[in-house]
Amino acid sequence: MAGMARKKSALTWAVHLSVAFLVIMWLFPTVGLFVSSFRTADQISSSGWWASLLPSEQNEVYRAKDPDDHRVADGDRFVVTGNIFEGAPREIRSWGVSSRNVSAYQPGETAEMKDGETVTLQPDGSYTWSGNDKQLSGRGQRIFITATVPPEFTLGNYATILFSGTGQDNMAKAFFNTLTVTIPATIIPIVVAAFAAYALAWMEFPGRALLIAAVVGFLVVPLQLALIPLLKLHLDIGIGKGYVGVWLAHTAFGMPLAVYLLRNYMVGLPRDIIENAKVDGATDFQIFTRIIVPLSFPALASFAIFQFLWTWNDLLVAKVFLIDSTGSTTVMTNQIVELLGTRGGNWEILATAAFVSIAVPLAVFFAMQRYLVRGLLAGSVK
Amino acid sequence: MLENPAVLGLATIILGVGGCLGYFFLSNVILDKLFFPPRGEDAGKNINRANMVRPWLFLFPALFALTLYLAYPVFETLRLSLTDRDLGGAFVGLENYRKMTAEPKFWEAVRNNMLWLIVVPAASTAFGLLVAQLTDRISWGNLAKSLIFMPMAISFVGASVIFKLIYDTRPVDQNQIGVLNAIWLKFDGGLGSVLWLQVLPTVLLLAFAAIVGYVAWIFVRDIVAKGSDKSVWLLPLRLLLAVGGLWLIWLSLSSVVSIWFEELPFGEPQTWLTIPLWNNFFLMVVLIWIQTGFAMVILSAALRGIPEETVEAAIVDGANPFQIFFKIKVPQIMGTIVVVWTTITLTVLKVFDIVFAMTNGQWETQVLANYMYDKLFRANDWGVGSASAIVIMLLVTPILVWNVYNARKEMR
Repeated sequence: MAGMARKKSALTWAVHLSVAFLVIMWLFPTVGLFVSSFRTADQISSSGWWASLLPSEQNEVYRAKDPDDHRVADGDRFVVTGNIFEGAPREIRSWGVSSRNVSAYQPGETAEMKDGETVTLQPDGSYTWSGNDKQLSGRGQRIFITATVPPEFTLGNYATILFSGTGQDNMAKAFFNTLTVTIPATIIPIVVAAFAAYALAWMEFPGRALLIAAVVGFLVVPLQLALIPLLKLHLDIGIGKGYVGVWLAHTAFGMPLAVYLLRNYMVGLPRDIIENAKVDGATDFQIFTRIIVPLSFPALASFAIFQFLWTWNDLLVAKVFLIDSTGSTTVMTNQIVELLGTRGGNWEILATAAFVSIAVPLAVFFAMQRYLVRGLLAGSVK
Repeated sequence: MLENPAVLGLATIILGVGGCLGYFFLSNVILDKLFFPPRGEDAGKNINRANMVRPWLFLFPALFALTLYLAYPVFETLRLSLTDRDLGGAFVGLENYRKMTAEPKFWEAVRNNMLWLIVVPAASTAFGLLVAQLTDRISWGNLAKSLIFMPMAISFVGASVIFKLIYDTRPVDQNQIGVLNAIWLKFDGGLGSVLWLQVLPTVLLLAFAAIVGYVAWIFVRDIVAKGSDKSVWLLPLRLLLAVGGLWLIWLSLSSVVSIWFEELPFGEPQTWLTIPLWNNFFLMVVLIWIQTGFAMVILSAALRGIPEETVEAAIVDGANPFQIFFKIKVPQIMGTIVVVWTTITLTVLKVFDIVFAMTNGQWETQVLANYMYDKLFRANDWGVGSASAIVIMLLVTPILVWNVYNARKEMR
């Protein structure tokens, strides 16, 4: 019996550990982006984000002061002194005077160059550069250092992306464009679908079953098929590319799921309430607005979240129906794809831009997860 | 003033919502007051008439949107795929399809799509089932589920950025900032590499083969066993499972062999997204990461719905946890597993953003949806683009038919 209990608790531990492992695996990518969005460009490129709490090593280049202005005679030689860190001290690990060997010397050592020219670099960054008349002329000697930089976090990336950035680096406009696309495209289909769902759930008419089957069928029709015919249609009737077109498209593409979800929910409402209301002389319109809509709130919320996430995160529909060649109506997803092309290596920009676009859906997700789960269950499980 | 999109948006909300409500209200009023007033000698008749028309008033806007935006395009795309835009829309028969199938890029897209269709639904469903089962009984299960579910809220584009950071490559003399390369450079071909890259995968693959073999055996055993129900139409299904299992076992065993004979380029940072064939899997990981949460939520609910008695009876009979899981639980939620599988399959068929954002189909990662976008909007070849859209539609059709069939069955 004791052996069995031990086996049991070992199994429980294995379960806890496996779940913890899976959760870490699933969180790791997002956390990486999140942390990176708070690091400076130098920090991002000098160490992985998982090491962001540790000091990192950076290679930097400084130049001694212009010898023609600053050299001081010392016997038959000349000397330039100064400090390479002007107000931003670093901890020097090693240094060098040639790009071919950037860590040839330790701080405090003296680098011997050709014909007696020397550079001495102290740990605090102060240097002494001495040589003859010819050596100490022209431009200042380059000093390469490998410094240990303490971890550094900044809100500067967000300031750039949201406010001060120029051109593609500024997401403020795209953020509002996305919002402009999303809100009407979430609200309008709910209204339209709710009426249709009520008809399909509580009104008797010939062809009802067929219509419900058709809605189920429309659920899976790929919207890829709609791109060209509808773009053509929009151009023909004068809507062209723009907000109106994208609202219409999102409304229609969300319609099957909306009708399906809402109808399934409304069918489950208690028959008595509706029939009593009918007996009392309420019209269908009154029953719908006074009874059905308030009772269906959970289903309406579920669909609203789906439609919000889907329109906020959409790239394809926006690209086809909204964004014209001027690019003034670009949405965030599209701008991020463009940034991936033009600023592929600038992770401080990319990570911040991506996180700005992810933040809103994530907030909605955590705030309204209950409805999302309920909607998923109603939408897929029979 | 009206040029401002925010004002336009607000106006649209008011107009749209107000318009919808106004339409529904006024059309009902007109129906009741003007056309069929419930008064006079025809009162009863009129009420009946009005009630026959009313559902269609309620349905009209939704039906209109569905017909115009989803039904009409199917036929229009079919028509476009049979015509040539450059010839003024002349009918060209199957010429576009011939052109498309002559392109190696199309076949590359088909091959990759097939890979996606096998790997992503299988992996997402398996991970989802695993998490659902593991979190079922632990105290912080809901928190764990919520965190694994989170990627569902992240856009495909956002996820692409996230994973591009993971796959990032720096020159060999710099610190790697992509975690995959950072891990990769830890391997030097020594004992550790042998353990992690050869022994561990071998063990995992053998364990996988063993589980597959065990599950397949559970299903096949009943064919041989006496006294169990031998309904005729289950037999082919079981044989199919057995063949599939054997194929998976063969696949894992041959992978084990190749693991031990592969020469790996140790010490060189890899540009993961440019390694043909493998890069497809690196892209699939993004979608698996997103879809696992979806599978988990639904399968978790299904697992909760299993009657407690069936599990208890199995425990009393001395079944081990694996037997309980595969023999008692999984068969009872088979219907849900199929639903999850087909839903993810649909998502996979339409996957566009991930490929578009990460590789844009370069380095042999093309998929049908991106191929189609390429043809439609970059090559401006509407004929071939529509033809490839029809191919996607054809792939979806079996699921469409199956869904409609089930919905009809359920309503009777």
